[in-house]
This record gives sequence, structure tokens and C-alpha cells, in this order.
Amino acid sequence: MKSNNSAFEIINGKFHLNVRWLLIYIVMLALVAFTALPLIYLVSTAFKPFEELFMFPPRFFVRRPTMKNFADLVISLSGTTVPFTRYIFNSVFITVINVTLTILVSSMGAYAISKHQIPGAGIIFAIVIAALTFPGQVTQIPTYMTVSSLGLLNTYWALIIPHIAVPYNFFLMKQFIDQFPNELLESARMDGANEWKTFWQIVMPAVKPAWATLLVFSFTSNWNDSSTALIYTNKQAMKVLPLALQTIAGGAAASSLARAGASAAASFLMTAPTIIIFVTMQSQVMQTMAYSGIKS
Amino acid sequence: MQTASEIKRQSLKGFDRFKYSSSLWWKRYGTPSLFLAPFLVMMLMFIVLPVLISLYLSLTNYNMIQPAKWMGIANYRMLLTDDDIFLIALKNTFVFAGITGPLTYIMTFLAAWVIDQLKFRNAFALAFYAPSITNAIAMSVVWMMLFSSDRYGYINYVLFHFGVITEPILWTRAPQFIIWVVIIIQVWMSMGTGFLVNLAGLRNIPPSLFEAGAIDGVKNRFQELWYLIIPNVMPQLLFSAIMTIVNSLSVFAIPVQVAGMPSPNYCAHTIIAHLFDYAFIRFQMGYASAIAVFLFLLSFTLSRVSMKVFAPRD
Repeated sequence: MKSNNSAFEIINGKFHLNVRWLLIYIVMLALVAFTALPLIYLVSTAFKPFEELFMFPPRFFVRRPTMKNFADLVISLSGTTVPFTRYIFNSVFITVINVTLTILVSSMGAYAISKHQIPGAGIIFAIVIAALTFPGQVTQIPTYMTVSSLGLLNTYWALIIPHIAVPYNFFLMKQFIDQFPNELLESARMDGANEWKTFWQIVMPAVKPAWATLLVFSFTSNWNDSSTALIYTNKQAMKVLPLALQTIAGGAAASSLARAGASAAASFLMTAPTIIIFVTMQSQVMQTMAYSGIKS
Repeated sequence: MQTASEIKRQSLKGFDRFKYSSSLWWKRYGTPSLFLAPFLVMMLMFIVLPVLISLYLSLTNYNMIQPAKWMGIANYRMLLTDDDIFLIALKNTFVFAGITGPLTYIMTFLAAWVIDQLKFRNAFALAFYAPSITNAIAMSVVWMMLFSSDRYGYINYVLFHFGVITEPILWTRAPQFIIWVVIIIQVWMSMGTGFLVNLAGLRNIPPSLFEAGAIDGVKNRFQELWYLIIPNVMPQLLFSAIMTIVNSLSVFAIPVQVAGMPSPNYCAHTIIAHLFDYAFIRFQMGYASAIAVFLFLLSFTLSRVSMKVFAPRD
């Protein structure tokens, strides 16, 4: 029944309209308008010249695109002690380290749980599932106390170590590795490969969709995360992009009006990388999510 | 049947037997344990222990300077009977979660089901997923322009233009509108994960199932949905139910971006906003932990209930 899904088709050179499917396409396009228009507006605004930003009546699309907002963005923070590039560096640095570590730690752990009958594996996985069922903010206070007592407040460590063990990442990885045929592992061992070699040369290449998916998800969550830097650091030089953006967009009404262009540009810079990464990895993500179900 | 190593193990006594057993264990599980160790240590340190410490702290008075003072259930009594602002936060969270949760859950499943049958489904999937990977702070630039409370706001302008209103609607200032703005943005941002999970699950149903269904007398697409598809995507439905519960109970960033913190008359105050307020503004860690434990129990219980609901039946 999955076949006749076009709004129209051409049979024997004649044009046939399928009214039911046409209606479905119209409804879906309306929903797409709801999801996509704010993003299109974001892109369009980032390139609007000053007079178009405050044009009345307002215009949705940019008429004469300009890069001036991006230049303003760099200038708007040049008077402050922390240059805009520092926020970009912080965000990129923390995101890259966190993504790498969480992928590494989750895939190694998930492989051990999935393919070796380690005693206690069942309990550990049950804890991972249980950890999926409550918001991360529940553990924030003791985590803050731990980080604070280790003397790591205001360091990059504080922005990294609480984000390495992510139950969601471990769960997806384990579900995907479960599908990996045991016979291949057996034959690798027969050939004398040790565990380390088996993991890196056989398992990791085969589960590429899973770690590509973790790459997308953990990039997104780290890149967008502002609360960690807000809680664990109070030095301006340690803040990340979303917080810098809040500083630019907020503040006194007059300055925020003058910075409307700059903050639209910053919002664009915040949003574009996550969407680009998702689009590049979309097919891998779809493969992985097929195994995301929980069998209760 | 006993293996050779087991016979050898039993022939040894005392410490030698222990040494032999552990060397066997190491041979078998040593490398995998090392593989698991980093994740396990991190999870114990930043998830398992914190939950237990929160439980303990919630029964104390603790400000991070003086040692924790045992209070019994006083924090919980205060929270549930005397803290009017928490009760407002609880009510708001239930309103937000109660509307956005079921709405996004049903919408994402139906959208995934329809899109799975459409042409250009990758483009549709991108359009549905993209909002969920945006940043609440970044998007607030857009929302503030769309929902601006003066007549320069895009939505107010359109409503004026078509004569629907004569006075600008105070989208981000009047409590009755703030709630709806938050709900709209929340729905916009939270359709992603559930949608992706469901779409992936649907794609993985083997086509042979539909052929078999057609032979068994499945007549239309709704019968197909009910008898063939839903039973096959139960695990995905459960996963996305849990994600929806957790996400909708942790609503925080969007209300703060729309209405500030504290919001007018606390109209957009939520459980997490209350938690953040007591933990990281007032540093009343004991009381804040009671809020965290309450949230934990709420989310955990609802997720357990959904696991029961989606349990396979015969």
C-alpha cells in the first residue's frame, strides 16, 4: 500500500490529479511552513541592512542583503575586555573535546556491555535506561558540589567532565552495537586480533552510523548548552557563545536596538553549524534511530 | 560438565584459589572491563551518586558554607504546603507539559507516518527536525521580532493589517498571552526527537508485513496503522514517550527567554526555574535538592507508567 503516494501522476500522457493526496501534501506543507518559517526569518534577518531591520511595515524577506551585521557583531564587543573570538574559541573547543570524549567513552563501554558478558552488565544497562527517564537538572546540585570541591570552577574541566557520561549516547550506541554479528568478532579473534584491535578495526568502522549520530546529537547539545557555563564559571573569559549572544541581545533598550543586527548575525552563527552537521549526517542518523526503541 | 580450569580451580586452596580465580576473571573480563571503566566511573560520579546525594541533601539545610543540618522532611513539607511560588511553578509546568507533551507526541507520530509515505521525505524530515537543534537563546531573537508587543511586531502588524485587532496584543507582557507564546515555541522546538525516532522505526518495518496484511484482509490505511504499524513500532513509541515526558517537564529556557526571570506574576515560572533560583541564586542547596528530588520522582514515575502502557501484550 506504500505505492500511490503522489499528488498527481501522468498515465498514458494524461494528467491525473489525486485529490486525497493533494490535500495531504497541502496539510504537510502548512506544517512545514510552521517549522521552517522562523528559521528562514532568522537567516533573512541576519543579512538585513539597518534600515530594513526597522522598516515599517516589516518585511519578511531581505531585499538588499549585506554582511554588515557580522562586522557589527565583532565590533560590538571590541570595546569589552573579552573579544568575540574568545567566545567562539570557548564554544568550539569545549564542543570538540566533549563530542570526542563522549563518543569514545560511550562506544567503548557499549561494546563491552553488548559483546562481552561482563558480570553486572544487566544492572549497568538498567541504570542507563533509568537515567533516561529524568531531566539532567536533577543531578545538577551534587555535580556542582563535586566540581567545586575539586577546585575546577572557572576552568575548562568544569565544562567538560560532567558531560562525558551521557546515558542517551550510551543507550543509542549499545542498541546499535547489539545488531553487530558476533561471528565477525569470533573470526577476528581467531585471526589473533586483540580486543583493542578488534574494537578499532572491525567494530568502529561497522558502527559508523551510530557514532555519526552521536556526533550530531552531542555536537548539538554541547554547542547549544549555556547553563553549564552559566553555573560553573563566573569569569567573562570562560563564557560560551549563547551567553555572549544573550549579552549582545539584552541590555538597555537603546543599545539592544542598535545591536539588533549584530544579535541576528550571532543567532545565525549559533544555528547554522547544527543544521549543517545534521544535513550531512542525516542518513546515518536515520539508520541509528531505527534501533532506538526500548523494549519494556 | 566442568571445564578444565574449573577442575584446576577447585584443586587449589585458600589464597591460591582466589588468585587463580581472579586471574581467570581477568583473562576473561579484564580488557572489556577496562573498556567500560571510563563510562562507568563517570556515570557513577555524575549521575548515580548525585541522585543519592540529592536525596540526602533534600533532608537537610545546607548552604555550602556551614555543614549540612538534618531537617527530616521539613523541606518537603515547606515545598508542598507553604511555598506558593512552587505551587505556581508546578501548575505552570503541568499546563505547559500537559498541552505540549501530548500534542507533540501525537503530532510527531502522525507526521512521521504521513511523511514516510510522501515523496521528498528527507526534505520533510529536515524541516520537522531542524527546529529541535536550534538554540533557545538564538531563536529568541526571532521570537522577539515576531511577538513584539508593540505594533511593529510582525504578528501584531499582520493582525492589524487584516483588522483582527485595534490595540497591539501584549504577547510577551500579559500573562494570558505569555503562556500561549511559550506553548507555541515549545511545540515548535520539541517535535524533533520523537519525530526522528518514529520515522526511523516506520522505515524499518519490512515491506513483507504489508503484503501479509493485505492478504489477511487489512482494508485501508487506518486499519494498516492500527493492526500492523503501531504494534511494530511500540519500542519507538515508548522511547519517544519517555523523551517527551522528560523534555516537557524540563521546560525552562523558553519561558525565561520569552518572559524573563522572574516572569510577570510568575506566570511562566516552572519547576526547573524554581530549582535554579534556589540552587544557584540563593544557594539553599537543601531546599533546592528537595525540588530536584520531587522532579526526579515525577519524571521517573511517569516514565515507569509509560513503560507499563507500552509493555507488549498477548
